[in-house]
Amino acid sequence: MILVWLIVIPFVGGLLCWQAERLGGRATRLIALATMLCELLIAFGLWLQLDFALPASGGTQWAVEYRVPWIERFGIDFHLALDGLSLILIALTGFLGVLAVLCSWREIVRRIGFFHLNLLWILGGVVGVFLAMDLFLFFFFWELMLVPMYFLIALWGHSGSKGSTRIGAAIKFFIYTQASGLLMLVAILGLVFAHHGNTGEYSFSYAVLKETTLSPTLAFWLMLGFFVAFAVKLPVIPLHGWLPNAHAQAPTAGSVDLAGILLKTAAYGMLRFALPLFPEASQAFAPFAMALGLVGIFYGAVLACGQQDIKRFVAYTSIAHMGFVLIGIYAGTELALQGVVVLMVAHAFSAAGLFILSGQLYERLHTRQINEMGGLWGRLGSMPGIYLFLIAASLGMPTTANFVGEFMVLFGTFAIAPWVVALASVGLVLAAVYSLMLMQRVHYGPPQSDTPLKGLDTREFCMLLGLVALILWVGLYPQPLLDTSSAAMQDIHRLFDAQSSPLPEAR
Amino acid sequence: MMEHATTLSIAQPTTLLPLTFLLPLVGTLILAFSRGQLSYRASATVGTASIGLAALTTAALALGFAAAGPQQLTLWTWIAVGDFTPGISLALDGLSLTMLGVITGVGFFIHLFAAWYMRGEDGITRFYTYMNLFVFSMVLLVLGDNLLLLFLGWEGVGLCSYLLIGYYYTHSANGWAGFKAFVITRIGDVFLALGMFLLFTRLGTLNIAEILELAPQAWQAGDTTVELAAFLLLGGAMGKSAQLPLHTWLADAMAGPTPVSALIHAATMVTAGVYLIARMHGIFELAPTALYVTGVIGALTLLMAGFAALAQTDIKRVLAYSTMSQIGYMFLALGVGAYDTAIFHLMTHAFFKALLFLSAGAVIISCHHEQDMRRLGGLWRKLPLPYAGFMVGGAALAALPLISAGFYSKDEILWQALAADQQGLLIAGLVGALLTSLYTLRLIIGTFHGTAKSDNARHAETGRGLAHGLPLVVLAGLSTFVGAWITPPLAEVLPAGPGDATHVGHSSLELLAAATALGGMALGVWLFGLRRGWLRLANRGPGAGLWHLWHHAWGFDLVFDWTLVRPYRLTVWLLKSDLFDGLFRLLARLVRLLHLGLSRTQSGRVRGYAITMVAGVALILLSLALVIQGT
Repeated sequence: MILVWLIVIPFVGGLLCWQAERLGGRATRLIALATMLCELLIAFGLWLQLDFALPASGGTQWAVEYRVPWIERFGIDFHLALDGLSLILIALTGFLGVLAVLCSWREIVRRIGFFHLNLLWILGGVVGVFLAMDLFLFFFFWELMLVPMYFLIALWGHSGSKGSTRIGAAIKFFIYTQASGLLMLVAILGLVFAHHGNTGEYSFSYAVLKETTLSPTLAFWLMLGFFVAFAVKLPVIPLHGWLPNAHAQAPTAGSVDLAGILLKTAAYGMLRFALPLFPEASQAFAPFAMALGLVGIFYGAVLACGQQDIKRFVAYTSIAHMGFVLIGIYAGTELALQGVVVLMVAHAFSAAGLFILSGQLYERLHTRQINEMGGLWGRLGSMPGIYLFLIAASLGMPTTANFVGEFMVLFGTFAIAPWVVALASVGLVLAAVYSLMLMQRVHYGPPQSDTPLKGLDTREFCMLLGLVALILWVGLYPQPLLDTSSAAMQDIHRLFDAQSSPLPEAR
Repeated sequence: MMEHATTLSIAQPTTLLPLTFLLPLVGTLILAFSRGQLSYRASATVGTASIGLAALTTAALALGFAAAGPQQLTLWTWIAVGDFTPGISLALDGLSLTMLGVITGVGFFIHLFAAWYMRGEDGITRFYTYMNLFVFSMVLLVLGDNLLLLFLGWEGVGLCSYLLIGYYYTHSANGWAGFKAFVITRIGDVFLALGMFLLFTRLGTLNIAEILELAPQAWQAGDTTVELAAFLLLGGAMGKSAQLPLHTWLADAMAGPTPVSALIHAATMVTAGVYLIARMHGIFELAPTALYVTGVIGALTLLMAGFAALAQTDIKRVLAYSTMSQIGYMFLALGVGAYDTAIFHLMTHAFFKALLFLSAGAVIISCHHEQDMRRLGGLWRKLPLPYAGFMVGGAALAALPLISAGFYSKDEILWQALAADQQGLLIAGLVGALLTSLYTLRLIIGTFHGTAKSDNARHAETGRGLAHGLPLVVLAGLSTFVGAWITPPLAEVLPAGPGDATHVGHSSLELLAAATALGGMALGVWLFGLRRGWLRLANRGPGAGLWHLWHHAWGFDLVFDWTLVRPYRLTVWLLKSDLFDGLFRLLARLVRLLHLGLSRTQSGRVRGYAITMVAGVALILLSLALVIQGT
């Protein structure tokens, strides 16, 4: 039942915020903050209480489960379940939710209630995605989280340069994700009908469908349906077109959620569905997926260098980082998969931090154009120091979480595909190029004026310091995280391992 | 549990070990979180004291080392997934103790000197934050008992180097110099990372001691895999140690404050590559080709940099090329298998190069930030202490026989090359020695003798105070034969060099080396001292061509600019509008076009609709007829 609460709380909190607008903006914000803190505390309590270290032997792989029949005719259940991976991502959702509420404290002044309704409903939808173990329910939440995001961009977004409007960005986001969602629906239905063909029963249950025997061709096409749906969201080149616009035009809270959590739903989907449902097909597809990951690393890095808008810059670096995630997922070794988990968390922290800082820069300078900045180091108090730290994290400096994630992925992949790792490592140099280029163009060089700008206030400073502390903690002692996700990742690794032994490359 | 037992048996030194990096870390944190509240004096005190205490800790460790021997201490396991269990664990042996001594000892004096050098600069807190962070990273680099922790320090020093080169951030050029340094060394770092991946995949461990133990069991000498691993490690070392062709960043790195150049770009960080190869000597012993290439790279670098140093006018750039050249000597020593000799030269080089840089710093501040030899000169009377520093340091650099520290280490390198039967490397070393004498004499004469060539030089102010004098005096003492008396305790860690067993022909080589050095100095005095017109020599005929070539250090920057920087910029420019996204935008445009086309048909005229309908019916009937006929 606790799982239902995890989903219900953000939705109810959102409705409360909507109504609380009559009491004033502050009350709305406090309710939203309390909601997300509550979510975070529940996740933390679950983490303390449950035991994720035990690998599921024989019994169920879930630490907590909740199941009631929903549409019995088609074998659809309201089935929620939680394991280490879901818990980490839910805790991350709660944490970034708190940050999202905090960072829009000053930024959002219009329709505060409706804004927080959308914000919390996105997060509720995301939590649903992380918990749903019925494919129909999963699809339901998958679509549910998109609609409020659309409103967030369309109503509270910024218009970008060169005539790109927030409405345009919102529509692009919506069309991309809807089209991919449709593809996933087709794949889900295909799988269900294939199962019906085998057994004569309809079922949308994850556990049941996992055992479906499929012909290799059908399995490949269904896998591709899932993969493309998740690839749009991750994003994988060339399906990334929505991301830079959506990130750049969304309000800060929207960008934080997009980069921090929404992208992670795609990686989660691959780990939870695309791989376990179609292990053979995924294995066969792995080289292509890794190649796409490489393309993402390079393409994202090169495009990041050419950006003039700091938020678009961060958006393209996300594409590059997600390339590492994709490579790690399809490498399938335990080390690489665990690295993916760390990297997801790390990227959520560092990208969220950079978006928050971009928002704060915008509040002070009223521009996001890099060429209108320069020499800000001496004018902003302690903000550039934190900027520097987050830039160092994003380029994978050791002691940061990003280093641990990236290097675990690379170490884990090297045994399977050394050439992929060799090429991906070049991405590390490119990461240095784009990150330090940004640092140089924003903070160094001759200052454009000598007047000091407003430094960080307590709220901003605490948010950023919290992020810095978390990045360092995961960078220096990631073990609690790794222990939590270990059983789930070993499960996926076993699926992969069963397939990989006959492959000559693997040796 | 096992670590716990060792902790108890040799409690005293092991508990001291973490202090060597914790003290600089505490210094960093105090300074970083002071948020600009500390006065100049307080910042300098915190920054210097933390390193001073670390140096005292090192001294205590060194005293305990004789009795207790090597130590190992695991603080915690960093990451544990399956076999992959790198720890935050430290190992102290003779090699790391030597490095520790250099880092904290020389580091302390440089920090102290910086308190004088940086007077009146903005952001002194930032300066000492980065400097302490640097020492912290460097200590972890040499104490890490596994490659991943070494890599942590390795990247950390790179970051600090970047930050300190760009310390005067309001000039864009400084920032870009730091950028260049970071990116080029990062290219090397990628090689090191790949080496780690390879070693871990094949041996299943990242622990250095275990790797050195397992490698001979896993591979025969000359095996392709181990050669590859050695080459990858060498790539990492080349980047950090500014060896050909990854050397171009070091000269530009002189944009940072001079104490930074002394600490990072002369005494410690740039020698990390030498440390890495010495530390991983077991891999290189199995890879003769990679080892040979190491020596060749060292020889080429020392010649290339020696010529380049002859044609610089900025005193710091002369010293930068000289650093490259001296590290080339260390690589040469490594290449002939004389690891202990390389580390010995690393140590003496740290003394005399730090001295030279600090003396240069004293000159620069005294002459109101003038560092071009063309505008200096005639300073020896006004700046006696820096002059003495240059004389002693220069003597050590040029390996003045018997009385300088540099003589003992460089002579040893040449001897090892001869004993290893590597005549080519030996000749390169001797030519390099000649060049070293020449550019050293040119540097000293150009800076201190002749007439003052600018107002800045004419109005030089003599430096005063303990922070100015003490570091120069101590380092000058260590740059003489006194420094050569320090014998690093390396016998247990590193294998014996080829020239350790016999000494046949050693004395004749010593004579040859001494003659080369003295001959070079005599030539230098004649060229630059007596014939004064040394600049005019470079203005005419072939001299001008050579000057141009050497002044730009053989044009490597240009080559990289055309082969890497410009193509990358072009790619960025070409892809600027997001090519792949363009495909989808094209799709959107196509749909729009269709929309426009079809909306034209909705003209509202009944006649048009009627014609379309009739044509449609006709078309359907026609196709039906065709289909029926077909069956």
